[in-house]
Amino acid sequence: MKINDVILRTVTRIVVFIILTFGVYLFLSGHNTPGGGFIGGLVLASAIVLLYLSNDIEKVQKSLPLDFKLVAASGVLLATGTGLGSLLFGVPFMSQTFAYFDLPVFGKTELTTVTIFEAGVALAVVGVVVTIILSISEDE
Amino acid sequence: MFSVTFAIIIPFIIAALVPFIYRRFKLLHIGWFVMLVPITLFVMLARLIPSVASGKTYIHTYNWIPSLNINFTTYLDGLSMILGLLITGVGSLVILYSIFYLSTKESLQHFYCYLLLFMGAMLGVVFSDNLMVLYVFWELTSVSSFLLIAFWNHRKASRLGAQKAMLITVSGGIAMFVGFIMLHTMSGSFSIREIIANVGDLTDHALFIPAMILVLLGAFTKSAQFPFHIWLPDAMEAPTPVSAYLHSATMVKAGIYIVARFTPFFGGDQLWFWVVSGVGMITLFWGSFNAVRQTDLKALLAYSTISQLGLIMSLLGLGSIALQYGYSEESIIYTQATFAALFHLINHSTFKGALFMVVGILDHELGTRDIRRLGGLMTFMPFTFTVGVIGSLSMAGLPLFNGFLSKEMFFAATVQIMNADVFSLQTIGIIFPIIAWIASVFTFVYCMIIIFKTFLGPVQPEKLDKPLHEAPVGMLISPIILSVFVVGIFFFPNLLGGYILKPSMESIYPTFGDPANLTPSIHAWHGIKPELLMTIGVVLVGALLYRFLKKWKPIYGLLSSRYTLNAYYNNFLSFAESKSTIVTNKYMTGLLRDYLVYIYIFFILTVGGFFFYSGAFSPSFSMDVRIRAYEVILVGVMAVAAVAMLFSKSRMTATLLNGVLGYSIAIFFVIFRAPDLALTQLVVESITTALFLLAFSHLPDWKKERVPSKTKLTNAVISVGTGAVVVLVALAVLNYDRFETISAFFENAYELAGGANIVNAILGDFRGFDTMLEVVVLFIAGLGVYTMIKLRAKKGDENIENK
Repeated sequence: MKINDVILRTVTRIVVFIILTFGVYLFLSGHNTPGGGFIGGLVLASAIVLLYLSNDIEKVQKSLPLDFKLVAASGVLLATGTGLGSLLFGVPFMSQTFAYFDLPVFGKTELTTVTIFEAGVALAVVGVVVTIILSISEDE
Repeated sequence: MFSVTFAIIIPFIIAALVPFIYRRFKLLHIGWFVMLVPITLFVMLARLIPSVASGKTYIHTYNWIPSLNINFTTYLDGLSMILGLLITGVGSLVILYSIFYLSTKESLQHFYCYLLLFMGAMLGVVFSDNLMVLYVFWELTSVSSFLLIAFWNHRKASRLGAQKAMLITVSGGIAMFVGFIMLHTMSGSFSIREIIANVGDLTDHALFIPAMILVLLGAFTKSAQFPFHIWLPDAMEAPTPVSAYLHSATMVKAGIYIVARFTPFFGGDQLWFWVVSGVGMITLFWGSFNAVRQTDLKALLAYSTISQLGLIMSLLGLGSIALQYGYSEESIIYTQATFAALFHLINHSTFKGALFMVVGILDHELGTRDIRRLGGLMTFMPFTFTVGVIGSLSMAGLPLFNGFLSKEMFFAATVQIMNADVFSLQTIGIIFPIIAWIASVFTFVYCMIIIFKTFLGPVQPEKLDKPLHEAPVGMLISPIILSVFVVGIFFFPNLLGGYILKPSMESIYPTFGDPANLTPSIHAWHGIKPELLMTIGVVLVGALLYRFLKKWKPIYGLLSSRYTLNAYYNNFLSFAESKSTIVTNKYMTGLLRDYLVYIYIFFILTVGGFFFYSGAFSPSFSMDVRIRAYEVILVGVMAVAAVAMLFSKSRMTATLLNGVLGYSIAIFFVIFRAPDLALTQLVVESITTALFLLAFSHLPDWKKERVPSKTKLTNAVISVGTGAVVVLVALAVLNYDRFETISAFFENAYELAGGANIVNAILGDFRGFDTMLEVVVLFIAGLGVYTMIKLRAKKGDENIENK
């Protein structure tokens, strides 16, 4: 069955970038405004799922050669790793810290270890969602 | 002391690295690399021998969970030193041996990873002072032993043996865990040193006896004491290096270590004395009696290990009586049993390790270890023969080998115990030397079987698959080193006594003052005493019994195979399996509907029940804000969608209606100013829809199901009940004032966590632990979906389990 999905594909090309940007924005802004690792990861995942929906799997995999199982695993490793990392500084497991820095372009910016942790969460979410959806869709 | 903590951690780190190194260096056998670990640790520990011998102990605490009294405390004293040296020393030799035993075709990265895991866990057991940490390492040794026994997991016997070992040792471990908790309840501390220091106040505690029994259960299962010994012969399915290492030299000594470690606490109690020495004696006899009937050399060695472990255990029991007397000139004599136990612990590791390696060589080079197919190997395998003879004669307790010294001390201790005037030993104490003597006769017989049936007698090349030849040099190095120890310890036993055994006597008898008084000088010749006469008797009667083995062997046939412990174990296992299948099938129906019913009933009963009983269902409408028109409309839409879903004709309609519900909730979140939730709800809704579309083609037709009206009615009641509880709870929480709200704390998120978004500060910082575990759970679920779909057996795939 051949479906005429020209509109979907054309729209997807543009929309995916908007969604991806939005996902990254959500991830970064999560500390002070709505957003965060989980929701950012979900939005990124939905963009990737949209890609898979509008194009066929082989095509996407050629342009986006990622093993999403590894993405998920590295996310989990990063999230737990930040927890363990705090042990190196002699503070209890999963302690987070933050500080303010003056960066050249951004001005006074807050940098926090939560961001690393959240990055792990986001990666894990993206990896798991895409892995599940891909494996179900590839199932005969 | 940093280096002891270090010694525990290093094997784990290297174990994690092994797979990567293995991939890099395919050409070199990875065992060479792994061998560096135990050698380094052995040298590190050996350097501390002189200072430990002078009475110094090393302690280092790393605060882990101080609020629960659980700290990573390592403690190095004489007793843990013995075990530490055995673990690293025998470990080095076993790894050297395994390099030649296992070809590079085997999955070596797994083997050495598990082996290092075991080594780290075992070092953790002996060096931990905190009971909880010790328990974790204790179970880890069971797990790694399971993995190693099942190393050749394509064989059914390996898997069953691993399962048996796991079930028995872990059950014992859990019993011990409960015992540890009781010890903590009694003393308020998890530290073994502190518990032992407080022993005086605790002996009359109601939990003293239960805790003792539970700890002993753990020790007995691990050290394969009767009636838990049945796992050890089956564990022989493991590769021989594993049997030599775990199942003769180290892991099975963990139970003995625990008994020795807790002797200052429980020792002196009558029950402890009788249970430890009694079980030890029974095991000693039963193991040696059963070893004689074995035809598989490895099974023979397994039973002999059981028997020797029983010997050491009973000695520890006999030695504990000294604590009943307290320190005096007269009671010193009883501590010699404990001294003999520690001495034999070391000796057993040397000669039994060597013997296991010899059997491994036979198996590896000739393809069999069945004594009915072996014979006359002396001329073909002179080195193997020499090591085998040294090991066997030492085990039999003959002079020129270290086994003689400790065996004599064992006899001396059993004779000595008859003089004790407590526990009515003067009347029934006579059973100790009798059982010891009988068991030793059988020990002598099976040692002769090892020597004569394999190395002497007629050669049977037609029964062997491979030509007769000596083993490669590499495989011989380790057993030869061990047999050098066997002979060396006989000639210089007091070196061992002074440096290694003396400080550990202090660990077991901390109240007895100068350990030098507890350290007898070991002599091979000490005049004609009962123990020497007993040895002579053993040799004479043993030789006769061996000569007429064929005549009396039929008595083993009298033991019905239906009433053995193994049969009980198997029956129990199949009984438990079938019964639990019946129970599980009763409620695991495979219908999603039923599972939801369980969940909702549970929800109504617990949540609804709690609110009802605590009288919290008192919705007051005083705080109400005005309900606006669009909220009413939204609720109306949701209600219509929900009811319509029940009557929808196609799956697609139902999905769309479900989507309506989901997006309406998102709108509610927007109205109530919860942008985070709204965003999440929207994206989750979209992704679920995509997921559903994907799954659409896999789903069966949407059929009208015929459900009895009774079920329908119950389901309706449950669903209405669930809805009602949710509504009531939602109304009730507005006025709930039973405990203070915690939200005030989070309002300082900007100062505490530097984040203005409270939701995110809670997720990432305040309750970061939850989030981390949620991520892990999510990942596990993802892997589950992936494996179920991708790796399931297709129709027509062959069953690869029992090749």
